[in-house]
Amino acid sequence: MTGPYRDDPEGAPDPAPILPSDRWRLADSALWLVAALGYLAFPAYRVLGSQVIITALFALSLDLILGYAGIVSLGHAAFFGLGAYTAGLLAVYGWGEPLTGLVAAAGAAALLGYATSFLVIRGRALGQLMITLGVGLLVQEAATKAALITGGVDGMSDIPMWRLLGVFRFDLAGSTAYAYSFAIALGSFVVIKRLVHSPFGLSLRAIRDNARRMPALGAPVERRQIAVFTVGAALAGIAGGLLAQTTQFVGLDSLDFARSAAVLIMVSLGGTGRLYGAFVGAGLFLVMQDVLARHSPAFWQLWLGLLLVAVVLFARGGVLGAAETMTRAARDWRSRRRAR
Amino acid sequence: MVAALLSVLFDGVAYGSVLFVISVGMSVTMGLMNFINLAHGAFAMFGGYLAIALMTRGGLPFAAALPVVLVVLGAAGAVLERLLYRRVARTRPLDQVLFTIGLSYIATAAATYAWGPSQQRVALPAALAGQLHLGAVDLGVYRLFLIAVVIAITAALHAVVRRTRFGAQLRASVDHPQAAAGVGIPVDRVFTASFALGSGLAGLGGALGIDVLGLDPNFPFKYMVYFLIVVVVGGEGSILGSAVAAIALGVIDVVGKYYVPGAGSLLIYGSMVGFLLVVPHGLFGVRR
Repeated sequence: MTGPYRDDPEGAPDPAPILPSDRWRLADSALWLVAALGYLAFPAYRVLGSQVIITALFALSLDLILGYAGIVSLGHAAFFGLGAYTAGLLAVYGWGEPLTGLVAAAGAAALLGYATSFLVIRGRALGQLMITLGVGLLVQEAATKAALITGGVDGMSDIPMWRLLGVFRFDLAGSTAYAYSFAIALGSFVVIKRLVHSPFGLSLRAIRDNARRMPALGAPVERRQIAVFTVGAALAGIAGGLLAQTTQFVGLDSLDFARSAAVLIMVSLGGTGRLYGAFVGAGLFLVMQDVLARHSPAFWQLWLGLLLVAVVLFARGGVLGAAETMTRAARDWRSRRRAR
Repeated sequence: MVAALLSVLFDGVAYGSVLFVISVGMSVTMGLMNFINLAHGAFAMFGGYLAIALMTRGGLPFAAALPVVLVVLGAAGAVLERLLYRRVARTRPLDQVLFTIGLSYIATAAATYAWGPSQQRVALPAALAGQLHLGAVDLGVYRLFLIAVVIAITAALHAVVRRTRFGAQLRASVDHPQAAAGVGIPVDRVFTASFALGSGLAGLGGALGIDVLGLDPNFPFKYMVYFLIVVVVGGEGSILGSAVAAIALGVIDVVGKYYVPGAGSLLIYGSMVGFLLVVPHGLFGVRR
């Protein structure tokens, strides 16, 4: 011990160490059931609802990188925005088919993610921040300067989308948007859940916890990190593409640093490395933003700042982390009482 | 042609000098404490606001306001280190990032409430206004003053680190905190002192740089990437590295904006990414 700094980082309460189990539990179904019921219960809020789902998917893509691989990114919006612009540009230039547009968005984001990952895995935490922040700003600057293609500051509005599956028109009430986002998010979630509970996912968590020991166990650390970063980028691209297609608008704000910071905050607020933290965090963040930003942007920033400081000081691991700590404490207390 | 280039280069060096004064503290904190302080720019911002308040409301001349800013921000840094930073010192990088981004948001909101969202202007003393004509080369007097001040600060900093007892303790603590503590160096207090020094310098840099960087509540976020570039490219904990990186950053940015205005900041981010591709540990970074 040499004073408070520079020792091994004392971790947040990490998710309880469990063997990978891909079983679909009741809680898993409950969340998606709620989201599905939301479609019927609040027909007036389907536009907002689809955006919440998209944001949650975006947060989920970051959780994969942050919570499972331990890479702190300050530029995740680059992949989101690239996906949005890819889907948007495709539609503007004559190919408005939504599903193939999403595939293209995922592909473009994955390519950028793959290229970025080589830089990201080389550095330590500070280098990772720098690279991700730099790539995010680079992409935004490029989109601003290429105004002829991207519309620059004005963005692209009224993107002509074809009917989904050739049947469902994107309507103003957002019914198609909601159902479409829901289906894509659910599909992505099933894939991600499978991924993090596979041996691949387990090795990621091991690398996050001790990157030096893993090569001794025969795990190719860098290749795993490159792979997960690429997958996370592709998912972010899908989320971005979804937003572009359902709102039929793409603007520079999809690439903004504020968006990168927001998604990082969402995941941490909900709890990293738990998948559901992304949903909890995205929901909390959006509700608070809606309530607090009505007053003034500065008012929202003030509370957001205070909340972040409080979370780090008192509730590392976010909402789900705190909940887990409490359940564990309660269980210990009960078992101690029984022992007496 | 050459004269114009020289003028632009000169502006770039002045710009880089300000970046150096602000960032050097962040580099030392990073190298010494392994702490990622993304709120470092907030100290610079409040330094700028304090200088303006001292001059307009307190009636202090510019030259007298600067040392006050240095002392006040240094004291604020020491207090914050003891009260807040210390509590998150041993957390994961993610927690440090969240914590300091949170502080930056609070600082931005506070500055908006106190001074409004608009750009601030500073009334420079008449002696520092105007241009100096050396043949065909135009040099802004204020920028000349900036460079002189920064050279003085660098020399002082170098002397402190190389020649004083505190400097020796600082170097020992950077190199190996456990061993330093083992031979009786109060590593703890060295941390606080260097954090205070870095914060004070950031405040001073913010005050000096109002005319060059501008000043509005978004300052901590606007320049976050610039300070990070200086720290990472220069190498964490290296004062010399920070100086070289800051000057290079200033020159590339100003020259780029003057000669290739279409590229905007692409040049900066591009060259930063390219540089880290070749030298991932920075110019004078320690491999750890």
